[in-house]
Amino acid sequence: MWCYVGRVNERVFSAAIPDSAGGRESLHWAYANYVGRGLVGFFAAGRRLLAFTLVTLGVFVTKLGVAPEVTFPSIRAELARSGTRLLPMFVFMSAALGLAVIGQAISWFGNLGGTYLGTILVVVVVRELGPLLAALLVLTHAGAHNAIELATTRALGEVEALEALDIDPIHYLIVPRVAGMALGVFALTIYFILGVLGFGYLFAFLNGVALRPGEYAVQIANAMSGLDFVLVSIKSCLFGVTIGMITCYQGLAQPLRLVEVSRASVKAVVHSVIACVLLDAFFILVYLLV
Amino acid sequence: MSAPSLHPIVPVIEMTAVSVPAQHDLRCCVLEDVDWSVAPGDYWVIGAMHNSGKSDLLAVAAGLTPPQKGVCRLFGDSTLPAGEQGQRQRLRVGLVFDGGRPFHRLSVAENVMLPWRYHHHAGESDCGDRTREILELTELSPLADRMTGTFGRAWEKRLGLARALVLKPDVLLLDNPMGGLDGRHIHWWMSFLDQLSAGHPFLDNRPMTLIMACENLRPWRNRPHCLAVLRQKHFVSLGRFTNLTSVSEPFVRELLQEEIPAAT
Repeated sequence: MWCYVGRVNERVFSAAIPDSAGGRESLHWAYANYVGRGLVGFFAAGRRLLAFTLVTLGVFVTKLGVAPEVTFPSIRAELARSGTRLLPMFVFMSAALGLAVIGQAISWFGNLGGTYLGTILVVVVVRELGPLLAALLVLTHAGAHNAIELATTRALGEVEALEALDIDPIHYLIVPRVAGMALGVFALTIYFILGVLGFGYLFAFLNGVALRPGEYAVQIANAMSGLDFVLVSIKSCLFGVTIGMITCYQGLAQPLRLVEVSRASVKAVVHSVIACVLLDAFFILVYLLV
Repeated sequence: MSAPSLHPIVPVIEMTAVSVPAQHDLRCCVLEDVDWSVAPGDYWVIGAMHNSGKSDLLAVAAGLTPPQKGVCRLFGDSTLPAGEQGQRQRLRVGLVFDGGRPFHRLSVAENVMLPWRYHHHAGESDCGDRTREILELTELSPLADRMTGTFGRAWEKRLGLARALVLKPDVLLLDNPMGGLDGRHIHWWMSFLDQLSAGHPFLDNRPMTLIMACENLRPWRNRPHCLAVLRQKHFVSLGRFTNLTSVSEPFVRELLQEEIPAAT
């Protein structure tokens, strides 16, 4: 058994292989070391990311009016990449999610489903799945693209070339990406939610649920509060900023060689997913407390 | 060793007891006790083998990397002032990287325009004339709309030169510009750098200070340039090429790519 555990992570558990009481004790220590090392690494990475975010925020504020002829087109390009170009995929995904939620609601509630349709969609899609799924979809396309592009930029020495020309790499490369991604995720979340609500009604109608459009709209309006609008806006923008910061951090903030680009990109995507889920959990707490 | 300089005025670059760190690891020292003074209008050629710290020395000279020890002054200031004045000082030094290091997401013309647009708040249409001029000077006009990476390395090096020149710096640092080039390209570089050193119309006929790091000194043989070599972690100034009566040192002969007679 110890050998089997040892194979899971030979480096960490190598000290725990002997099959004796002492070995069992050292295995516990090895577990503690493994978890402890992971936690320390997690907090250290979080601290570095926070510092990087603060530096970026500082550059954003202090260089707001610097080189708008260069940065504004970059923001527009990023907005197109994180927003407009993803619209077809978002239409498809909103149709799929609308079908899934409505299908489940009808199969669960039967003909009574029509009574709760608006409420179900608001609870499931507007408050939870809409912003999170929109962020994850943007991450898979624009986020991964960002991480790979920036890591390659770093590996090819273009950051040093920018510095030699006295162009701030954070101002030129990161600020437009983070701003564009925040706006892109926000806009796509709104479109995604509207799409799901529209397709949801369409599927309910095709399934013969007796619900007029006016009643459906009233159900949605009754299920929503002012807080929903505020939190969805803040949440989607924060998801965008988080994805932008993490992908930029993994791509740009550390010296890289070309062979490390793939590793940095995978790390960027995984860390972004974890950060978005944690952020979502934080917003659930806010909902519960307010 | 302190190097002689052509003009006894405020040096554009002055290093005193400088330890040069490696760019990839600032804790690692690649050159020690560098004492070097570059006067306006000087043309320096620094010969060194692979991995002897040429690029790292140029990075310190350009103010990209801080020295580990000692003082490095640019235009008489050891610390460049913050804000616009500091920026003006920094932009007086141009650096051409080994390989040019073009920005791969931009076309050739966009590469050249970027520094001008960033520092002068200019739209694409506002810097068209300057871009055309510099592209013609470097013979890059036919490639203006091409994306980098779709043409040869020799042209990427020229792109690096064009991008560094667009802001009209006073000092130009060149990292191995002729490494791996064919004879035609080498001839073009030699002639163009001579024009820059003498005062090119693009730079309003102002002589430019040039500092070149390379692995092959042969193209500069018998030219009136200042010569230095990097050897065993030290910067060694050898005076002017023309003053070298005979090149007996095997290391320098190696850099000149001369045949070294076998020891008898």
